Amino acid sequence: MDAPDAVFVPDRRAPSSHLLLEQLPSYQSLLYRRKTSSSSRRRGSGRGRQPSINSGKWAEQKPVHSGEELKPVRELPKSMQEKQHEKQQRLQQGGALTGWGLWRLNVHRSLKRLKEDGMDVLSSLQLWRADIHLIEGMFGTGILSYFSFLRFLVLLNFIMFLLMFVFVMLPVIITSHSTHNITYSSSNGSECSVYLGSSRQGLVVFHEHITDLLSGTGFLEHTYLFYGYYKLEFIHSHFTYNLPLAYLLATITYLLLSLLWIVKRSAAGFKRKLIQDEDRFQSFCNKVFAGWDFCITNENAARLKRSSLLYELKMDLEEERIKRKMANRTRGEKCRIYALRAALNLFVMAVLVACFYCIYVATVFSQRKQAEDQKSNFLLELVVEYLPSIVITLANFITPLIFNLIISFEDYSPAFEIRFTLMRCVFMRLASIGVLLFSLWVQITSCAATDCPCGYNHQLYPCWETHVGQEMYKLVIFDFLIIAAVTIFVEFPRKIIVNYCDCGLAKWWGQQEFGIPQNVLEIVYGQTICWIGTFYCPLLPAINTVKYILVFYLKKVSLVTNCRPSTRPFRASSSHFFFLVVLLIGLALACVPVVVSIAEIRSSRACGPFVSYSTSWEVVPRVVSQLPTGLRSFLHALASEAFAVSFFVITCLGMFYVIALAGAHKRVIEQLRDQLVMEGRDKRFLIQKLCQAQQVVYARSPERRPLRGFRGHRNDAGLYLVELETQA
Amino acid sequence: MGNKQTIFTDEQLDAYQDCTFFTRKEILRLHGRYHELAPHLVPMDYTNDPDVKVPLALIVNMPELKENPFRNRIVESFSEDGQGNLSFNDFVDMFSVLSEMAPRELKAIYAFKIYDFNVDNYICKEDLEKTLNRLTKEELTPEEVVLVCEKAIEEADLDGDNKLSFADFENMISRAPDFLSTFHIRI
Repeated sequence: MDAPDAVFVPDRRAPSSHLLLEQLPSYQSLLYRRKTSSSSRRRGSGRGRQPSINSGKWAEQKPVHSGEELKPVRELPKSMQEKQHEKQQRLQQGGALTGWGLWRLNVHRSLKRLKEDGMDVLSSLQLWRADIHLIEGMFGTGILSYFSFLRFLVLLNFIMFLLMFVFVMLPVIITSHSTHNITYSSSNGSECSVYLGSSRQGLVVFHEHITDLLSGTGFLEHTYLFYGYYKLEFIHSHFTYNLPLAYLLATITYLLLSLLWIVKRSAAGFKRKLIQDEDRFQSFCNKVFAGWDFCITNENAARLKRSSLLYELKMDLEEERIKRKMANRTRGEKCRIYALRAALNLFVMAVLVACFYCIYVATVFSQRKQAEDQKSNFLLELVVEYLPSIVITLANFITPLIFNLIISFEDYSPAFEIRFTLMRCVFMRLASIGVLLFSLWVQITSCAATDCPCGYNHQLYPCWETHVGQEMYKLVIFDFLIIAAVTIFVEFPRKIIVNYCDCGLAKWWGQQEFGIPQNVLEIVYGQTICWIGTFYCPLLPAINTVKYILVFYLKKVSLVTNCRPSTRPFRASSSHFFFLVVLLIGLALACVPVVVSIAEIRSSRACGPFVSYSTSWEVVPRVVSQLPTGLRSFLHALASEAFAVSFFVITCLGMFYVIALAGAHKRVIEQLRDQLVMEGRDKRFLIQKLCQAQQVVYARSPERRPLRGFRGHRNDAGLYLVELETQA
Repeated sequence: MGNKQTIFTDEQLDAYQDCTFFTRKEILRLHGRYHELAPHLVPMDYTNDPDVKVPLALIVNMPELKENPFRNRIVESFSEDGQGNLSFNDFVDMFSVLSEMAPRELKAIYAFKIYDFNVDNYICKEDLEKTLNRLTKEELTPEEVVLVCEKAIEEADLDGDNKLSFADFENMISRAPDFLSTFHIRI
């Protein structure tokens, strides 16, 4: 340290610098409880606790801070007596309240109490509160976020079901039980409107019922479950209820509602993530000061938390080491690694394309076999029906293993490895649904001849929406069966084997870890299918709700009995945001097929509410053309190009403004941080100078007795003298 | 409102509700827990403000605190005498600050007190090493401990004095995303 900086070195010989620091206003807020409580009893000018008495008296002399806002009493860092004292002081300072003021205060207070009691009741009604509390205590906040995410999805599905029920199913149910004037969808009797359905005639064998239940055919096909049943168009009572319009608007509403709800939930996490993404991100401080989960009450969970923190710290140290190694890479090494990464990425893409091709082939094969309708073995029939689902599940099981193997060769830092593998798995899962739908679409819109007279293949698929609905229904059922089967037939035996068998296999396999990312991907996959399938199968949200409730209890039991928490801990804050981002990706992906099929594909002429329209979307222009002129021209203006362009321009302007604002805020934060650093150095510099000056004064007059109980007196130099300890 | 309880007067309950983040029901439940810790010491009737303190040894055995590596420091930071003997006021205060509803600034103040083992208004290297050893139960090698402490101070220290003052600590905590969710005890 060179000469000008020597002044920053704390001088051990000056005992008073510490006392000076205690008097600074910034330390007033940090007073220790015991010292202030003793000072509030107004002790005399004793020694020993000098700084405290000093500061205590100073606190009393100061009025309420003029510059700061008054914080609520409960947010003050003082002991209970002081808070009550402060409350009394504020009441007195507020002046004597007249009858009117007093009454208002009382009303305000009782309203606040009422609100708190209301919130109390509401939170006790929260679904699964006790279960989640138990899980939090045993496994910490990482796994808790998975279960609260599951609870959120249950509620979302239930609301979607209510929406479809009230607007689509309820009118149909009412009309079937009462006598209203109904207009059915007009069919022009062409060959496109022939629809027999696959209901079984004659004597039905029992196992055929099982097949029907599992694949939505047979007795399930002509029920409220599928799109094809809603053949009404208008219901006339006091007003005319337009069922096709209601159906379409309910679909759009549930998509928008999901979007808004998810964005609202992710707003808090997004704000925190923005703060986190600064250059000087502090990973070590986080782990040391905010790493231990104070909610843990279980001894096992505490032990595991400790080992996971240890693991995290070691990983961080390892990352530092790797970062240093990466910075020292030579040019040759870099070229080699980039070439390797390019080759491996090509390999990954090849694997993905191969999987998608398999799904396509399986779908085409399954459709063709179903169309042939040969009577064969019961199990073979089921396998053929479920072939696309089986292939998708197999692909989603194998590809993560391949990705995990490949990423170790690509030589990234550990944290990036985890994130990149996860992104690949997300893409694989969600894109496989897209491929399935695409292959279905190809099948539906391709006919034997070159051109389809009805716009779709009416011979094979007289009611193609019901067929798509059946495929979605099969996917949901199969997904649930797989989750249940894996839990019951793999996890429980694994626990038994690991506990009671001492062979090498058991040791290598180890106890089950609750892998949060994989489980989250599973339920996001199920939710994406639900979003796509609700248009074709209005009861699907109800099925999904029941499925997720069962999954909750299954996972909870399996977690508590079989699992130990993962050694790769998943931080609560970033994980919640991650779940919602993946869910948003699923929603975006789900919107594409729904929008394409509503707007592009010819709705089937034999079933459903959209028989007399060319596409499902056409109901909206038709209704708009029947509205009064003013409203019609307003809606036309909204849909015109002029409005769209100006809306787009205004949105862009808004976005640029917000981006500029964010940049300005970042600069201000940097400046403030530099100022903080400067202030700290200034403070220490001034204190050193002050102590030096005091020592000079003291040295100049050694015969004077040390000043005691001497506060706030000005001397010639204009410095405040501080009480000095008596020199013995 | 319904049930008549004789543990506190209404004014006392009102004062507690104003000074903490708890509702009436929760305060009564807390009193039940406090009484359970030392049934012969803690009276059921608090209307005349008895001066009763439960010793540290009984409080750190509560199920909520038992597994916490900082349980002694937590209780000491909220006690008036610094030895960890809590009166009911201190007890309620402690759980109020550690509850979900306490704001970040308030929690940061008390977190700083908890991690400051030698009570000198700074978190110095020794405090950090003690914190780390309590967290990991001394399973890191000494070199690793030194390395982690150095990196932590490097990340958070703004004024360059090689220890963390409250300003440094608060600045660091405001950017720690997990702090609010981990620094919280459910009771």
